[in-house]
Formats: sequence, C-alpha cells, structure tokens
Amino acid sequence: MTAPTLEVRNLQTYFFTRAGVVKAVDGVSFSVGRGKVMGLVGESGSGKTVTGFSIIGLVDPPGRIAGGSILFQGRDLAKLSEEEMRDLRGNRIAMIFQDPMMTLNPVLRIDTQMIETVKAHKKVSTEEARQRARDTLGMVGIPSPDERLKAYPHQFSGGMRQRVAIAIALLHEPQLIVADEPTTALDVTIQGQILAEVQKLCATTGTSMIWITHDLSVVAGLADDIAVMYAGRIVEKGAVSEVLDKPLHPYTHGLIGSVPSRNKRGEALRQIPGMTPSLLNLPLGCAFRARCPRASEACIAEPIMAEILPGREARCIHPHLDASEAA
Amino acid sequence: MNAAPMLELRDITRRFEKKLDFAGRIAQRLGAPVREEIVHAVDRVNLTVRKGEVVGLVGESGCGKSTLGRMVAGILPPTEGTILRDGTDIKALTGAEARQMKLRTQMIFQDPYASLNPRMRVQDIVGEAPRVHGLLEGAAFDDYVDEQMRRAGLDPGFKRRYPHQFSGGQRQRIGIARALAVRPDFIVCDEAVAALDVSIQAQILNLFMRLRKELDLTYLFISHDLGVVEHLSDRVVIMYLGRVVEEADTETVFRRPNHPYTRSLLDSVPRIENRKRAFSVVKGEIPSPLNPPAGCHFHPRCPLAMERCRVEVPKLREIAPGQRSACHLNDQ
Ligand SMILES: Nc1ncnc2c1ncn2[C@@H]1O[C@H](COP(=O)(O)OP(=O)(O)OP(=O)(O)O)[C@@H](O)[C@H]1O
Ligand SMILES: Nc1ncnc2c1ncn2[C@@H]1O[C@H](COP(=O)(O)OP(=O)(O)O)[C@@H](O)[C@H]1O
Ligand code: SF4
Ligand code: SF4
Ligand SMILES: [Mg+2]
Ligand SMILES: [Mg+2]
Repeated sequence: MTAPTLEVRNLQTYFFTRAGVVKAVDGVSFSVGRGKVMGLVGESGSGKTVTGFSIIGLVDPPGRIAGGSILFQGRDLAKLSEEEMRDLRGNRIAMIFQDPMMTLNPVLRIDTQMIETVKAHKKVSTEEARQRARDTLGMVGIPSPDERLKAYPHQFSGGMRQRVAIAIALLHEPQLIVADEPTTALDVTIQGQILAEVQKLCATTGTSMIWITHDLSVVAGLADDIAVMYAGRIVEKGAVSEVLDKPLHPYTHGLIGSVPSRNKRGEALRQIPGMTPSLLNLPLGCAFRARCPRASEACIAEPIMAEILPGREARCIHPHLDASEAA
Repeated sequence: MNAAPMLELRDITRRFEKKLDFAGRIAQRLGAPVREEIVHAVDRVNLTVRKGEVVGLVGESGCGKSTLGRMVAGILPPTEGTILRDGTDIKALTGAEARQMKLRTQMIFQDPYASLNPRMRVQDIVGEAPRVHGLLEGAAFDDYVDEQMRRAGLDPGFKRRYPHQFSGGQRQRIGIARALAVRPDFIVCDEAVAALDVSIQAQILNLFMRLRKELDLTYLFISHDLGVVEHLSDRVVIMYLGRVVEEADTETVFRRPNHPYTRSLLDSVPRIENRKRAFSVVKGEIPSPLNPPAGCHFHPRCPLAMERCRVEVPKLREIAPGQRSACHLNDQ
C-alpha cells in the first residue's frame, strides 16, 4: 500500500476564550489516500471548518493547534512555520470555501487574480500564466474562458463565482483540496454541474479531497470514505457505502434515519431528540448521551474510537451491530 | 360545507421595476435607448389550494417562490390578477373584514432570527398580535401565551427570555408559535427549515405535520429541498423564472414527471441511496429574470427544445387527470 496523501493524527485545535477553552477539534484522526474523496460530515458547530482550517494553517488566535500531527506527504504541517505553510497553501494544498469571495478579490479582474496566483508559486511568463488560467477555467466548465477572464467577480452569478474559485484552487494541480461546503449555497442544478466536474477531476488528476458538508446525500454520491463529527470528535468513519448502509454509531444512525427519503411519505420523521450540547459544557462521558436511545449507565465512561468491524471504527459502547438495524 | 377552494389565484402577476440609476437617467434624457428594467417575478400564475392540503412550491433561486408566497400571505399586493379566499376576492374586503382575513393567513420564514424583534420577550412576540386583535377573549394573557408555546414545543418557563437566548430550532418554534397565536387556517412556509441542521429540521417538520392535524391547517410549503417537499406535500407545483411549468400530486411529480425542467431538477438532486455515481447534469445557468429567454423560458437549457420553443410560450394545460404541464412536446 502506498502512503496516504494526508494523515491527521489526534488533532486538537482549541480556542482559548474568556469563557473557557473551546475544544473545537478534540482528538481527530483520519487519512485520505491519493485521488480519494473523504466526506467530513456533521451538524453546525461540530468542528468541520476548524478541522479544515487546521490542515490549511488558517486557525487564528485565540485558537491554535494544541496537539497532534497533520502529516502531508510525510511532513508535519502542524510544525511548519507560517512562511513554509504559505508556500504550500495555494500550491500543493488548496482550499475552497462556502463563500467564493473568500478566494476572490472583488476589485481585480479574474485574469489579474489568476495570473498572480500562478506566478506566486511558479516562474513563468505572463502569457504562459494566462494560458494556464484559461485552461483551468475550461476544466471547471466555464464557457468562453477568454471572455470571462476579462470580467470582475461581481459580473458572475454565484455558481460561476464558485467555479472560478475552484479553478483558482486547481491552478497548481494541488495534491490536496479542502472544500468547505462549496455547493451549499447553490441551486441544485448548479450544484450537480459542479459535483460532476469535481468527480471527474479527482479521477483524472489524482488530487485528494476533503469535502466538508452537512448533506449526507452529497457525500453518498461523491465520497469514497466518510467521517462523522459530533461535538469536536469523529464518532464514526469508514467506507461510504458501509457507513451509510449500516451505521454503527447511534448518532450516524439517527442522522440517516431523519433524512426525509428514508421515511415513509407523510409519516413522522424519525428524529433525534434534543440538540447539540455546548462545547463549553459537555456532559460527562459520551457527548451524545443525553440524546441517545441506546445510552446506559456505562456511557458515563468516555467511549474511545475503536475498530468495531474490520475497517469500521466508531466511538460507542453499544454500537448497532445487528444487520436488521439498518437506518 | 363551503364548496369554494380555500385559496384560488387567478392570473396573478407581480412585476418589480428596477429604477434607473443616476447615470442611466442622464443617458435617457440625452436620448439614449435605456429603459427602466422590469422583472416579472411572478408571471400569470393560476393555482388552487383546497382546505387541508399541503401544496409544495419548488424551483430554483429567483424563480418567484417567495414573491408568490408573500402575495398569498397578503403582505405584497399583486400587480395584476385576483386572489380568492373561500371564494371571496380579498381586494373587495375593507376595514375589520380585511384585517380579519389577513390574520387567517400567516407566514413562517427561513431566518427566524431576522423575523423576530430582538428587543421583545418571547411572551410579547407570541402574545402581542392576539391581544391587539382582541383574540384573548376571557383567557388570561399568560395562559394564552403558555398554551401557544407549549403547542410549538417550547417550555413556557422561558417566556421572559429574548430571541438571542434560543437556538436556531427553538427560534423557529417561536416563529411558529407567533404565527399560530392569531388562529390562522392557512400557513405559508417560506424555506422554513432551510437554515436548520438535519436533526433539528426533522423535529420542526414533525411539528408542522402534527399541527396540521391538530389545528386542521392548510399549507403552502415553499422549499428548494425536493426531499422535504416530497415527504410533506400532497401536491407539488414547480416554477421556473416566474411561471408554473408543472403541477400534479406528489406521487406523479416524482414518479412520472412530464416537463423536461422537472425531470432535470429531479435528476440533479443528490440522493442518499446513490453511491459514487456520475452526477447528472443540466447544461447552462439560470437566465437573468430581467431578460428571460423568449418562448419557453427553459429552451436554452432544454435537451428537447425545438424551433417552436424559441418563439411560442407553452401553455400550462392538463395532460392527465390532475397533472398540468407547460411544454410543447405534449402537443405532438
Ligand atoms: N422588492 C423587489 N424588487 C425588485 N426585484 C425583486 C424584489 N423582490 C424580488 N425581486 C426579484 O423577483 C424575482 C423572484 O424573486 P423571489 O424572491 O420571489 O425568488 P425565490 O424563488 O423566492 O428565490 P430564492 O429561492 O432565492 O428565495 C427575482 O429575480 C428577484 O430578484
Ligand atoms: N474564533 C473562534 N473562537 C471561539 N470558538 C470558535 C471560533 N471558531 C470556531 N469556534 C467554535 O468551534 C466549534 C466548531 O466550529 P466549526 O468548525 O466552525 O463548526 P462547523 O464547521 O462544523 O459548523 C464551534 O463550537 C465554534 O463555536
Ligand atoms: S456510548 Fe452510549 S451514549 Fe454514546 S452513542 Fe454509544 S450508546 Fe449512545
Ligand atoms: S416547450 Fe420546448 S423548450 Fe420548453 S420544456 Fe418543452 S420541449 Fe423544452
Ligand atoms: Mg463550517
Ligand atoms: Mg425565496
């Protein structure tokens, strides 16, 4: 087996606020192989974005990486200087945000921005850089790229802007892309177009991808592997087909069960009671305890992530092992 | 029994004028051919909703769903057309009757936070309108508010709190309690669960379904989420750039869609059952509503477009019992 492109081990990213220490990411481990897509799912506040920001080196004070390692092609990103990180970012690792204006500069023409990005990491002529920009726009399905290069971001629709942001992320053929809910704000037909392009890209270029989303249906179609986060921790991970067909963790089970298409039309949806606890005030033991239908006395002891079935890990004392319990 | 439908829209149109900016006005005065731009947000829509029905309204951003919903709720007047409530033209009502009628339709919005006054306590948010409109009768204010809160799944013990002290799901419950406190019989939900997490979304959808039974409510349920609409609705209406392109009972829309746009839309929706599958793709972008394509608005993106589609607007007509579609292919 070849080494994975990315291996995150026991990552801890904490925010040291006046109200207390927010353990936004608390002991997260996963790896992403070459050309693979890993779906990172969870509800808002579960720590998905902070995980992505930690990898790409964008965690700002009062937050910082408090422990663990982020091995990217053998190097620990958690230990790099800001300068070394800047050199990697946009070059071998790129990020796509939910809001494409995090990437785009509103006052610069698209060609200016793209050419600058190319030249930031590569010694090429302006003409070569322009050619690269044009090719990349074509790659993400932007029609008449020559014309589009001369436009400003505000002249594009939301979907087009996101495509340009994706094109910018692809300029240097990164080995890893961290995509944080990049299609959440888009219409379904536009989302479908972008997902199709992304799927093609990963298959043809060998780029690895972390796709952050709260939408299990997107992960189902796009990703190879999935990691489910709850209250700053991964509670279950494994191959998409296995996790979605036979979830082990009661939270994953509940999430899948509450997707409308998994329920009989018109009947009450199976629902997870209650809501996510505050990270400043987590219950003792399993963080899901107050909402979990399988909780017992034993869950007051904190469950650890364990291999419950071959290749299947979950953080639970009473996992769903019975095949008849499919969500 | 009243035979008239609960709601009937006849040729409802809403236009918005985009006023010229300063440079535009100067240019116009100098004789340049610039005009004020007009958006046909809703273009001659006909729609009937019967008592007790849940009608889902779907379509992509900017197709006119919210504009239609606001007209139904009486908070935006149509430019043209007639709105009948139980057979009565609402324009014909005045004074107390008009106010009474307006209360009977309430709207629930996507962003509960933006629609709740941050400086009001929950008890006043929920109880103010019923008090002003004299709905409390003998009931004490406190008891009435408690009942409304409990029904929406909120602990009345929190009634002296402010909106910011609640989570997103709880705020949506406050919005629901407020809307129901004036005893409406018709609810317009505009993306009411779009901002909520999956597990909270399921709780709120269940609440909507329970309230429908308990209070005999009728819903116009606006959403871009086809999974949610399929689960909840009896009938589904699909809009594209201001026009209704297809309408049928839920089963038919999802099993036997007729309109090419409906089919494209359904194909684009990611489904949890699909694994590592090529996403199917509708070509092109949604055109600007300022300058929609002539003929069938969908023709630049339609895989089946013909010459005729570029010039002639297809009529929405019945193609099977209870199924209406606006596509020239049905003429062949
Ligand atoms: N007050 C207004 N002034 C000018 N144009 C408007 C106004 N309100 C809506 N529009 C335009 O009317 C069209 C329909 O808007 P509407 O908000 O009804 O769409 P929608 O279907 O609800 O979209 P979304 O899914 O994004 O909520 C859009 O082109 C919009 O820009
Ligand atoms: N700058 C910050 N200061 C304090 N807490 C933060 C900060 N940024 C994020 N957090 C906290 O970290 C947790 C995880 O956030 P995030 O990764 O953004 O969640 P997600 O992307 O899964 O919705 C949340 O509880 C959030 O409030
Ligand atoms: S450890 Fe216990 S409380 Fe936590 S998810 Fe498993 S069964 Fe539920
Ligand atoms: S009328 Fe023509 S362009 Fe419009 S949906 Fe039908 S076939 Fe396609
Ligand atoms: Mg996030
Ligand atoms: Mg809207």
